[in-house]
Amino acid sequence: MSTRALQRGPVRASVGRIGAMALRHLYLLRTSWPRLLELMYWPTVQMILWGLVSQFLLTNSSWVAQASGVLLAGVILWDVLFRGQLGLSLVFIEEMWSRNLGHLFSSPLRPWELIVALMMISLLRTLIGMGSAVGFAILLYHFSIFDLGLPLIAFFFNLIFMGWAVGLVVCGLVLRFGLGAESLAWFMIFAFAPVSCIYYPLEILPDWLKHVAEALPSALVFEGMRSVLFDGVFRYDLLWRAMALNALYMALALAAFMAFFHSARKRGLLHQIGE
Amino acid sequence: MAVATIGLTRALRHIAAIMTQHALKIDDLSKRFGTVQAVDGLSLAVPRGSITALLGGNGAGKTTTMAMMLGLVLPSSGSIRIFGENFARNRYRLLARMNFSSPYVDLPHRLTVRENLTVYARIYGVVGVRARIQQLAEDLDIVEFLKRPVGKLSAGQRTRVALAKALINNPELLLLDEPTASLDPDSADWVRSYLERWRVESGATILMASHNMAEVERLCSQTFMLRRGRLVDSGSPNDLIARYGRESLEEVFLDIARQRPDAAAQQNDATAQ
Repeated sequence: MSTRALQRGPVRASVGRIGAMALRHLYLLRTSWPRLLELMYWPTVQMILWGLVSQFLLTNSSWVAQASGVLLAGVILWDVLFRGQLGLSLVFIEEMWSRNLGHLFSSPLRPWELIVALMMISLLRTLIGMGSAVGFAILLYHFSIFDLGLPLIAFFFNLIFMGWAVGLVVCGLVLRFGLGAESLAWFMIFAFAPVSCIYYPLEILPDWLKHVAEALPSALVFEGMRSVLFDGVFRYDLLWRAMALNALYMALALAAFMAFFHSARKRGLLHQIGE
Repeated sequence: MAVATIGLTRALRHIAAIMTQHALKIDDLSKRFGTVQAVDGLSLAVPRGSITALLGGNGAGKTTTMAMMLGLVLPSSGSIRIFGENFARNRYRLLARMNFSSPYVDLPHRLTVRENLTVYARIYGVVGVRARIQQLAEDLDIVEFLKRPVGKLSAGQRTRVALAKALINNPELLLLDEPTASLDPDSADWVRSYLERWRVESGATILMASHNMAEVERLCSQTFMLRRGRLVDSGSPNDLIARYGRESLEEVFLDIARQRPDAAAQQNDATAQ
């Protein structure tokens, strides 16, 4: 029986390879309760913490009293960005921990197919993580993120796209510099937190920092979120700008990942990486 | 008309590839890592349907050469042709017809054997995944381990599973890096017998790197001896043994590894006279 007799057409083969990589991590999730617990743990803990802060401020701040859900919505949406990035980076690093990259990159799996699979798994992990936090927010504080309505979908996808762009750069750096750089996966995204204006309006930033924030899709999303919560207005101008910036950053992140991948092949790093 | 021309070109290319006698042909291949010349102007050809060995001491360039054949390392210069096609240009298409196994690359430990094989069967686009896994599991005697996580298998069991992954797409070219490393003599013998049988049944080509000279003598019809990234000698195990005037391939290997090319030169001179 020849190899070709066993194989499918190119499009189906590509879909099959992406599915295979997604399946590989689903198998892992299915049998690993610590991983599932970890996915739900931080969003839930953060939500409880900020819920308490929110309740306190409700009785002490007239600003927050106008929109009691603004802090909780901020926590939950920030977690979309964080989980999106972390999900993509960690799933990739998992291949390095298991010394599996040599098998993957010597197979017909294209790097872009691997990236699509990583995004699929990251999306799933984010939904699992968010799901528990959203559920607890409804149960404990009677706050539903779904009250944001349809804009929630736009916020979610803009944030997860930005998370994926950052996550891809982290993957490239880890590929190029080895597992010594894996801690980047945990803290890199937090560098964006202060200028993402999660819990305060963009206008309170110093002028020079405002320009930085306006160049971040996350800051535009949180500004848009406050607009919905405070004024009941969905700002399309912010949405288009966030989408355009995300497209730009995703293109740059893909180029960076491919450049790091090329460099790793040149330096012979792909079959040396392990725990 | 254009479609017909493209179809004809493809057909001719396909026929040319089939007609190519070599599964693998390397020309003037070099790889430099900074100041280290890992592979230096290597040229060799591996006949279709053969079991060929890449031999050499540690750091001779075997693993780097194999990694270049798999696309894991970019060559500094030179070319690799597989089934008559340029590997650099047709990498992914050719990789679908190849596979490899190495003790230095692992399968995810937490996934069961069946899960791992399923993932790789899908990556290689195998049709009839369940049946293929069942068939391989029976052939390689790993049916009872299919539901067990790879991390809980013994070295011998893990080698069989790695072999199952390497054969999942029924490759036409199989690269094996030390296929019996860390196996007990019984397990190693079982693997060698299986590879011999599989090669005959499939007609595939096997290129292996090994430090076990008895294994090479038993399995390989052709060997390439490397030292410091260069090809220093080649031939069948029997040819080399005769040429170096030794009793076994291991002695030939030691001559070459310890830089005693004069032995071969003397033998060559004597043969020529």
